Amino acid sequence: MTDKKAVREPLFHISRRGDISMGKAVLIRAAAIVAGLILCSVLCTVIFEEANPFSVIAELFSGNFGTSRRIWMLLRDTSLLLIAGLALLPAFKMKFWNLGGNGQILIGMLAAIACMFYMGGKVADGVIILCMVVSSILAGAIWAVVPAIFKAFFKTNETLFTLMMNYIAVGIVGFCINKWVTSGSNTLAPIKYGNFPELGNEYMLIILVAAVVTAAIFAYMKYAKHGFEVAVVGESENTARYVGINVKMVIIRTMAVSGAICGVVGLLLAGSIHHTISETSANNMGFTAIMVAWLAKFNPLVMIFTAFFISFLDRGMGQVQTAFGITNDAVSDIIIGLIYFCVIGCEFFISYKVKLRKKKKAAGEGADFMQGEAISAEETLLSADVADKEEK
Amino acid sequence: MVTFITSAICIGTVFLYGCVGEIITEKAGHLNLGIPGIMCMGTAGGCWGAAIYMNSAGADGASFILLALISILFACMFGALGGLIYAFLTVTLRSNQNVTGLALTTFGAGLAQFLMDVYVDRSHLPAASVLMRSSLPFADSLGWFGEIFFSHGILVYLAIAVAIVAAVMLKRTRTGLNIRAIGENPATADAAGINVNAYKYGAILIGSAIAGIGGLFYIMDFIGGSWENASTIEAMGWLSIALVIFTLWKPDLSILGSILFGGLYIAANYITGISFSQMKLLKLLPYVITVIVLIVTSIMDKKENQPPASLGVNYFREER
Repeated sequence: MTDKKAVREPLFHISRRGDISMGKAVLIRAAAIVAGLILCSVLCTVIFEEANPFSVIAELFSGNFGTSRRIWMLLRDTSLLLIAGLALLPAFKMKFWNLGGNGQILIGMLAAIACMFYMGGKVADGVIILCMVVSSILAGAIWAVVPAIFKAFFKTNETLFTLMMNYIAVGIVGFCINKWVTSGSNTLAPIKYGNFPELGNEYMLIILVAAVVTAAIFAYMKYAKHGFEVAVVGESENTARYVGINVKMVIIRTMAVSGAICGVVGLLLAGSIHHTISETSANNMGFTAIMVAWLAKFNPLVMIFTAFFISFLDRGMGQVQTAFGITNDAVSDIIIGLIYFCVIGCEFFISYKVKLRKKKKAAGEGADFMQGEAISAEETLLSADVADKEEK
Repeated sequence: MVTFITSAICIGTVFLYGCVGEIITEKAGHLNLGIPGIMCMGTAGGCWGAAIYMNSAGADGASFILLALISILFACMFGALGGLIYAFLTVTLRSNQNVTGLALTTFGAGLAQFLMDVYVDRSHLPAASVLMRSSLPFADSLGWFGEIFFSHGILVYLAIAVAIVAAVMLKRTRTGLNIRAIGENPATADAAGINVNAYKYGAILIGSAIAGIGGLFYIMDFIGGSWENASTIEAMGWLSIALVIFTLWKPDLSILGSILFGGLYIAANYITGISFSQMKLLKLLPYVITVIVLIVTSIMDKKENQPPASLGVNYFREER
């Protein structure tokens, strides 16, 4: 019992940081991104035969900035992702885990496509576009409000509810495509009615919408009474109730905003980019947008950078694959996953301080004994655990 | 009807593995949204192991027991590897569980797709699958009864065994009690002298290993050794998470639940005289039913039917 070995002290002392200077936090995040990029280029060198870490990085940049079209595409993807991230932001600030971005985007897109499909050629394009805007925003909002209502009144778990709503949306899209397409090809040909006008070029409209939404959400969260209420509800529902905020109303209203903006993403996808729809049109943007919002710590302005960074990686990895002759687009998922891990992990070092502990000597015999007791009890539990594992 | 039930049990097994794995993880208070990715990783690992073994043993000389052992071991290892990433990030580094899980799903699906497309020699997988599916010898002599209950490959029975063991473990053993205590209130469990982090790691790793077998099962048993893409398995992973809610976090109930989900999943293929678009709507049923169960249990608000109280919340001892 009094054996010196039995006294176990943790190697690290971990404590929560009170606050961290802006520069230091940025430095830690930058270090994580650099570590992720190094990891990714090393991995690429292993996967692709004729690649070295530098050529991978070079391709990564050329994929994004090589031609003016690529730059525009990058800006377009960034904008879409940014809008989706901004859509989720109010919900997350409220600690409402809206994992239903995919479904809300898809259903908004479906509503827009339905307008194009049923009204195309019968009325003027301007009327169609108006209907599209209204119906997608409504559809997205409804898709988000349903889980919100149940969350507000019955505390139904919103994470799982919104997740299921994604698949219901996918199913409904599949149903509609099957209904609309009679040829049996099962893909809806691009509809030429109700396409959004181009402003200069086909990318400008989306970029402008993103700028407007960013400014709007920034103002909404920072200066509007609504934004303040959202923040209070997110911090503590009880506090919110005591100061007289109608928590149920705030939850439902905020999710309506969230879903409506997701609907806008769907609208842009339908009216400006694809002009058609498939079950995978949302392209997991709802999930990627969670990353965008979370990495930016729910700051709308920082989100511009995170959205840019993720789009940059995504487009760049596409180029890396073509350059080194691997048609498998799975590599980019692996790389992006790895970089996510690095960036997610680094948050720990921002919110906690890690100190290496020096070995303390001379602890009293009594204390030794007590700790020995505690540890041996722990060991019994552990060995029970191990035995159980072996049983399986 | 008999074939319908038989294949419902078969496809349900995929959900059962994923579901039991997720239940164990969630009981320890961790909502692992990486399960779809982990199942994909299990697929790739298991098929890799099977391919290595089949290549060294040759198509004729392969023994059933070794093949099963090696592929299950590899699937578990790869699944647990995914779980280890998740556990390190969420338990040790206390990262947000939802975000980590989603990242893991992206990573796992990509890894599986890549390994299966590029590295794994898939030429022997159909043969391996036939071997894995070899059923009990007396199944044919028992008529419909035999077909429903005894005609499956070993992995189906393993799944049911795992589910029962998990149910007993969670409900009747001290380990299970400790895991549940941690899921409900880690601070109290810590005060009671339970090593919270060790249990969390254990639960996540074991849960992920079990989920990994689910992916292996889908390829090796259900679709007979062919490979399309990781997104099918990913979709099954999300359904497994849905099944966890549907069965109210009870592994024993999940055996029945998985068969029901399996039935709903394939029902569209067995009902004649409906159009293709109606089939699409039928495929929605598992999700819709899950939503309904979610709502009903939250309205009834019964204590034992609720998710673990600290599900999704990370634990830091020095924070009160």
